[in-house]
Amino acid sequence: MDVLAGLLQGFAVALTPSNLLWCFVGCFLGTIVGVMPGLGPASTIAMLLPLTFQMDPTSAMIMLAGIYYGAKYGGSTTSILLNVPGESASVVTCLDGYQMAKRGRAGAALGIAAIASFVAGTVGVIALMLIAPPLAKMALSFSSPEYFALMVLGLAMVVLLAGASLVKALLAMLLGLWLASIGTDLFTAGSRFTFGHSELLDGIDFVIVAIGVFALGEVLGSMETREDAQVLPVPKGLRNLLPTLAELKACRFAFLNGSVVGFFIGILPGAGSTIASFIAYGIEKAVSKHPEKFGTGIPEGVAAPEGANNSETGGALVPMLTLGIPGSSTTAILLAALVLWGLKPGPLMIQESPTLFWGLVASMYVGNIILLILNIPLIPLFAQILKLPVYVLYPAIFGISVVGVYSVAGSLFDVTLLVVFGLLGYLMRRLDYPAAPLILGLVLGDSMERALRQSLMMSQGELSILVSRPISAIMLGLAALILVLPLLRRVNAWRVKALAENG
Amino acid sequence: MAVSGRINDGDVWSGGVLAALGVYVVLEARQWDYLTPEGPGPGFFPMWYGIALVALSLLLIVGRLRQPRSELEEGVNWQEVSRALGVWLAFALSVALLKVLGFLMAYAALACFVVCVMYRRPLTTGLATGIGGAVLFQLVFPLALDVKLPVGIFGY
Repeated sequence: MDVLAGLLQGFAVALTPSNLLWCFVGCFLGTIVGVMPGLGPASTIAMLLPLTFQMDPTSAMIMLAGIYYGAKYGGSTTSILLNVPGESASVVTCLDGYQMAKRGRAGAALGIAAIASFVAGTVGVIALMLIAPPLAKMALSFSSPEYFALMVLGLAMVVLLAGASLVKALLAMLLGLWLASIGTDLFTAGSRFTFGHSELLDGIDFVIVAIGVFALGEVLGSMETREDAQVLPVPKGLRNLLPTLAELKACRFAFLNGSVVGFFIGILPGAGSTIASFIAYGIEKAVSKHPEKFGTGIPEGVAAPEGANNSETGGALVPMLTLGIPGSSTTAILLAALVLWGLKPGPLMIQESPTLFWGLVASMYVGNIILLILNIPLIPLFAQILKLPVYVLYPAIFGISVVGVYSVAGSLFDVTLLVVFGLLGYLMRRLDYPAAPLILGLVLGDSMERALRQSLMMSQGELSILVSRPISAIMLGLAALILVLPLLRRVNAWRVKALAENG
Repeated sequence: MAVSGRINDGDVWSGGVLAALGVYVVLEARQWDYLTPEGPGPGFFPMWYGIALVALSLLLIVGRLRQPRSELEEGVNWQEVSRALGVWLAFALSVALLKVLGFLMAYAALACFVVCVMYRRPLTTGLATGIGGAVLFQLVFPLALDVKLPVGIFGY
């Protein structure tokens, strides 16, 4: 009853005309800014935070939550239309979203992303409301061995992201791990693989690699021939602009899968939406009746990662609101904003600031609906990008990529790295190396090494710590199973072939 | 899977490059502490993935060399490759000139090159695309979003 009373109180706050307006403004600004590559939720919130300084804290928090949601959805737009991932969590959306766009289903892919965001975002909020405090305590029991196991499980997804050759996928992943090692070692403060460049001491930002490998690699590959036509078929008519009932039906499990995986991974501080989107995609492919179609442009391949990406928002707010622990850079900025307004996020926040807590929860419901209402009509508008002739669109992608990378740290060295990774992306395309495992290795490599070294420090070098803790052991077992299953399938295929030849 | 347009023996030379990278990673990792009294050192993790890089690269090369050369396999379409590399070189040049020209001029020049040289459109179309695009970038990023663009010696 407390929850119901609190929620009713929250809706009374969120549904005031002014707060509804702020929520709408937040969703709109978040979507527009979030579309730009390099400007993910964290930088979008940081950029727009000063707008809220003069506002009442509850209204300001409602607007920031709207920006958070909007920016997360906005990141998927360029992934689907241009194969330019706006943030790390949108990389997986490129795999099937862009392929759908190539087949003239860009509108449907954007629609599925919007609906997945709505469903998963709503599930995330319900879970935040009902099970936040006990889950937050459970998340705190996650220590380095569990984090290491989670990262290994994430990396095991490489098997499911591999194309024709598992060896090439693993090599791409190892290349990603190497790129993640570049910079200063956090434990000893020594530099690694920096080639004498001080600019590399902070490591290589994911955005540079993702934009180079995905966007520029794709553009260079497409420019091999002088085709005069539009870059992608432009969807025409309402039927082609929105997902069909059959496509939505096919996404039923993906919506649920993305929602649950995203929320639970979101609770874990530091895990983030990237690993959530990769794992949700991996699970979707593993349980699918037609796994071979993943990567060719199927709606489930868009729904699962987009759902996970958005449900993670609700999950990430759990440790922040109930324990005062920010699990990501975005929630760290939100936490800083709360502190700035004199609020103390933590176990007593629900009692001390019920108006803000429940107002925020209710506004997230409202925000989800606003985001859906806002984005479905915007789909035809976004799809117009595809009407541009290639000789206008390709230079624009080069320009957006440069601006996206430059906006991260204002460094021309980063832009030079973009040139290098653009060539790498092109060569990977030509040589059939999948790009997603490289990003997976890059994103998870640093956290994985840190968790492994912390675990072994905890156990004084005993590797058994990784398997002696139940949660860690289960996740490592799952990872081993994912890695071994394709080998067993291959051995079985050889056996059947040999029997057939002998028989 | 179609092999048309794929670089012949690309697996061999890309495997060679990755194996060399793996050797470099292992050699570098050997210079750092592998284990310290507090636990694993900075050389621990790179040592293992470096070894894995070498092993998998060799596996790729051996697998490719043992594979019979298919009759269907076609050579590299160097015309396509040189076209893509030409665009990449133009992009690299425009990035190198960012410090001097600034983003707006470098972008306009790149766009003009793509339109006129790569797609053989009239110069007016190239200039309109380049200048129009640069103006749009200026309006969206520095003016609307307050996102800075690289500035050259001319102050923009």
